[in-house]
Amino acid sequence: MASSEEDGTVEEKENNNKKRTKSALITAWLTFYNIAMTAGWLVLAITMMRFYIQKGTHKGLYRSIARTLKFFQTFALVEVGHCAVGIVRTSVIVTGVQVCSRIYMVWFITSSIRQIQNEESVILFLVVWTVTEITRYSYYTFNLLHHLPYFIKWARYNFFIVLYPLGVVGELLTIYAALPFVRRSGMYSMRLPNKYNVSFDYYYFLIIVMLSYIPLFPQLYLHMLRQRRRVLHGEVIVEKDD
Amino acid sequence: VKHTVEVLDATTKEQLCFLDKVDPHSTIGDIKSLFYKSYPQWYPARQALRLDTRGKSLRDDEVLQNLPVGTTATMYFKDLGPQLGWTTVFFAEYIGVLLTYLVFFFRVPYIYSHTYALTSSPHPVVKLACVCHTFHYVKRLMETIFVHRFSHGTMPLRTIVKNCAYYWGFSAWLAYYINHPLYTPPSYGELQVKYALFTFAMCEVGNLSIHMSLSNLRTDGFRVRRFPTPTKNPFTWLFFFVSCPNYTYEVGAWLSFTVMTQCLPVAIYTLFGFIQMTIWAKVKHRAYLREFKDYPTVRMAIIPLIL
Repeated sequence: MASSEEDGTVEEKENNNKKRTKSALITAWLTFYNIAMTAGWLVLAITMMRFYIQKGTHKGLYRSIARTLKFFQTFALVEVGHCAVGIVRTSVIVTGVQVCSRIYMVWFITSSIRQIQNEESVILFLVVWTVTEITRYSYYTFNLLHHLPYFIKWARYNFFIVLYPLGVVGELLTIYAALPFVRRSGMYSMRLPNKYNVSFDYYYFLIIVMLSYIPLFPQLYLHMLRQRRRVLHGEVIVEKDD
Repeated sequence: VKHTVEVLDATTKEQLCFLDKVDPHSTIGDIKSLFYKSYPQWYPARQALRLDTRGKSLRDDEVLQNLPVGTTATMYFKDLGPQLGWTTVFFAEYIGVLLTYLVFFFRVPYIYSHTYALTSSPHPVVKLACVCHTFHYVKRLMETIFVHRFSHGTMPLRTIVKNCAYYWGFSAWLAYYINHPLYTPPSYGELQVKYALFTFAMCEVGNLSIHMSLSNLRTDGFRVRRFPTPTKNPFTWLFFFVSCPNYTYEVGAWLSFTVMTQCLPVAIYTLFGFIQMTIWAKVKHRAYLREFKDYPTVRMAIIPLIL
């Protein structure tokens, strides 16, 4: 009888140890991931600035950073996995929509439609994305290390108020600029008749994408505003107790 | 001993209604009727009454004295929004789908180029597809009227709008291509169409058999809980392998329709339906496993031996 009781507590201890190692591994991975992404976007920012300083123009800037941008933006898909598995407590759908819209913008608009790569609107959203991502990933990094400087928290929950709408403007202007080129080239489109009995017009698809910003953007913006109120508001209460 | 029932708003906690001298044998349904007298805008079907603000809603047939509340009960009210009866729901959904498809089949003007308005397709498979599609939804309507027994009385209005948009939208999308003047008949011709028609028919009969056998499980009301088992009808033998053969047959019917029409939008619709039905099947399967200790272990949720 006595020995089986001991076995019980031994098992408990083993389980607790496993849980602690697992949570330590998770924290280690998340910390590594966020440091890597912060570094990646910093590299992008610096490359962009150097290009502009050296060449004096933004023409050709996108081509020079396209590969790095594709890599780091696509890698963000991992974050959807984090939410799905539960190691990050954010909605899978919200993260999914944000990451997918970014990846879509990079792969199916800017990278594939060369004629719009030198548009000013591209630089606009690139700058917005870079500032947003550096702030966001460094916030996560410092948070995981339990040493969060207040200005990073402030930046993360205040920059978006201006950056988010600016980014949307940049993205929409870029898609709009792409429309005539898409129509003329008929890219990504399929016409009848064909043996799959389907047709797809990328031109009209892009128009639908632009229209979808109307319901989607306010929802995401309000979501961020609500989060801001919760995080910054909550902190004010804690300070009062102190 | 008479009971008192206090009804509070689940979000604001303010008192909405105070009922005294309530018969302890009255049901939740009776209480909802009493509540409705004070609040005529909230008919019983849209009331959800709970014992705590975040708990499960109480069933209409639960009896007051059997609840863990003592002689003074506090309940929380939540408005479920406008509700429609199931029959209305399915009629709206299915008749809408039927008519939408027919609009394209008869090539109503302004859909296709005007030289083709109100003409008919030269391909026999297009007529056959219309017959199959129409049959599928007429069968569903008949089942709604004669076969299905619903455990909930109603469905919220917002869900119906969403469902109708989904069904009608997809129906329009696939009907547009099947009935298009530039439609291309299947690559393997009549053979492909005949085989697909055969499997389609088998799946429709199978689906109907399962619905009927499920309906027979409920002949003694909702009290006796049994899980479905194979009967003499060979189509129900799929119960040996899956918990929800009705979904299996449904996917089979749509796969057949895809092959019959060789139309990518149909394939996409089949895929979406498959994903949704797999989710439902898994939930049902888990519920069966939890409720019946002797549930056959070889059964999967929707695809034999696989899913």
